[in-house]
Amino acid sequence: MDQVPAILAPSNPALRRGGRLGRLGWPKMSAIGWREARHGYLFILPWIIGFFAFTLIPMVATLVMTFLNVTLAQAEPLRFVGADNWSRLFGDKQVWDSLSVTLRFAVLWLPVSIVVPFFVALGLNSKAIRGAAIMRSLFFMPYVVPFVAGVLVWEQLLGDNGWINGGLRLLGVENPPSWLFDSTAIYPALVLVGIWGIGAGIVINLAGLRGIPTELYEASKIDGAGAWAQLRNVTIPMMSPIIFYTLILGVVEVLQYFLVPLVLKNGTGEPAGQTFFYNLNLYKTFFTYQELSYGATMAWLLFAITLLITLVLFALSRRWVYYAGER
Amino acid sequence: MLRTPHWPRTPGAAIRAAAITSAFIAILIAFLSPLAYAAITSVKTQTQITQANAPVLPSNPATFEYNGKKLNVYFVPLPDGTTKELALFKPGRTSSQFVDPSNPTAPPITWDGSWRSLDQPWQLAPEWGNYTKVWDLIDFPVPLRNTILIALITTLGTVLSCTLVAYGFARFRFPGRGLLFTLLLATIFLPGAVTLIPTYAIFAKIGWVGSWLPILVPAFFANAYDVFLLRQYLMTIPRDLDEAAAIDGAGSLRILRSVILPQAWPVLVAVFIFSFVYSWNDFFGPLIYLAGHEDLQPLQVALARFHGIYYQNPALIQAGNLMTMLIPIVLFAIFQRVFIKGIVITGVEK
Repeated sequence: MDQVPAILAPSNPALRRGGRLGRLGWPKMSAIGWREARHGYLFILPWIIGFFAFTLIPMVATLVMTFLNVTLAQAEPLRFVGADNWSRLFGDKQVWDSLSVTLRFAVLWLPVSIVVPFFVALGLNSKAIRGAAIMRSLFFMPYVVPFVAGVLVWEQLLGDNGWINGGLRLLGVENPPSWLFDSTAIYPALVLVGIWGIGAGIVINLAGLRGIPTELYEASKIDGAGAWAQLRNVTIPMMSPIIFYTLILGVVEVLQYFLVPLVLKNGTGEPAGQTFFYNLNLYKTFFTYQELSYGATMAWLLFAITLLITLVLFALSRRWVYYAGER
Repeated sequence: MLRTPHWPRTPGAAIRAAAITSAFIAILIAFLSPLAYAAITSVKTQTQITQANAPVLPSNPATFEYNGKKLNVYFVPLPDGTTKELALFKPGRTSSQFVDPSNPTAPPITWDGSWRSLDQPWQLAPEWGNYTKVWDLIDFPVPLRNTILIALITTLGTVLSCTLVAYGFARFRFPGRGLLFTLLLATIFLPGAVTLIPTYAIFAKIGWVGSWLPILVPAFFANAYDVFLLRQYLMTIPRDLDEAAAIDGAGSLRILRSVILPQAWPVLVAVFIFSFVYSWNDFFGPLIYLAGHEDLQPLQVALARFHGIYYQNPALIQAGNLMTMLIPIVLFAIFQRVFIKGIVITGVEK
């Protein structure tokens, strides 16, 4: 499950309906109202506890840890180290190298992860196609394949005797790339593996396309718009909220990417350090070397970068994301 | 859910329909070919994988049983210009004797020429034994049991807690509700790394690392996706019945149990299936919390470990892959509508 509801849209009813704190603190409520509120809090209590225990407190603890010297064994006495972890981080070439690996992969993966499901959904939504429902299910299917099993299928497909290179040889390519061992081919290979999981993206895009009122297309047709103009002036603006959320979630995910290369390359970062992703670095720091404080510092840097990119995207979204019913 | 297609009315439209449909079928075949690769490879022997010019399907050079002996079959060009599949009975340097598998009682046929220059036909020979081999090598029942138990318990926790939380958000007005709901959904965007390290440290401190508890317990405290899915559904259930029940003096919990839940079973099924498959496919949690505890690990971790040892035997790896993906795929095949609807609701609705 990696898609989100459009919660942050101004049209989100959750943001409008009911229960906002009044301007002067707690609203005046009747006895019945209080009883209802008390029950409401009671029912959401499991989440409130979970939110504190597994989200808020650990987040703050991670931040506090960046100023301490916590390790799993804690051989040295615990003490406050000021900004030591942070200054070490800023001077750590491996951190910046791994960040650059993640960002370079993100630049390749993000457009693919948005454009491919969009166009597949566009095709499935075409009036001419037959069997769209079955095709939609079949496109979705690899999404439920357990991650490790999927990666291990692809490892062989991309191998020298795999079907990909076999197919390329049939097409007359004499020396097809050694996908998983060549530092220039590894990212395209990882993108191929990623494309196998775009089923959810297709389903969401398709649902979005089906939600576009047909009158808009009819009106644009009367205005003489061709297919390209319709795509540009009707489909893409109407789909922009979905594209935007796919993008935001894609950013959050790709910045944490490392499990596929972890399984494929056993965490070595091969070939030539090209799969030494930021989160792999973090995982090794914390799990293999058990330097909890330094790992926490890396985690907060990642969080800060994620937040920064997300905020920039939100700021830019006002220019291109269109919420029907808003204006 | 899908609109019924209009059958093409003009030849042009029919050609367009055929073109786009066949293009998409081709794309789908390519898209699903990894599964075909896995299935085919999983029943090959190591020789079938490495032999040169072998066909795609698991095949051996054809043989024929003749008087208790296994004879190799060859394509033999006959003097009359035809080629026949004959079994090599008595090889010789310049002349060999063959028997005809379709007429083995006939006297052997003598053929002049070197039998080594002849091609052999292939015979389909799947090696089903790979599956039993992998079953034994992974000690499959142990990780299978672990996976099922972990999935069932986390699913139970998810359904229970998310139902309560969704009911709270859907049916009760309380100060801060909108803010709390937005906060709940915002957790979807939080990178896991920023909470992982202290969580792991605490679990290690209280002795939970090396047990299922770090994976099971958080499931009982609700998650954003499933709460959202449930809440969206509960909000569509009319309030008349719960109001009537309330007037009759039913408490909130009783209304949930006897009025809401009986009407909400489609979404409960959805959350159950989602949560089960999600847990089945979780890798990172078990990887870090069950490292070194092989008897407690679920399938994916066992599979990764198996790959580390048997990576040079592609057939065994693929057999293990298929055994791991079988149950999620079957569940998806049965519940595909539920799946897709759930993805649509959590992904598109506002």
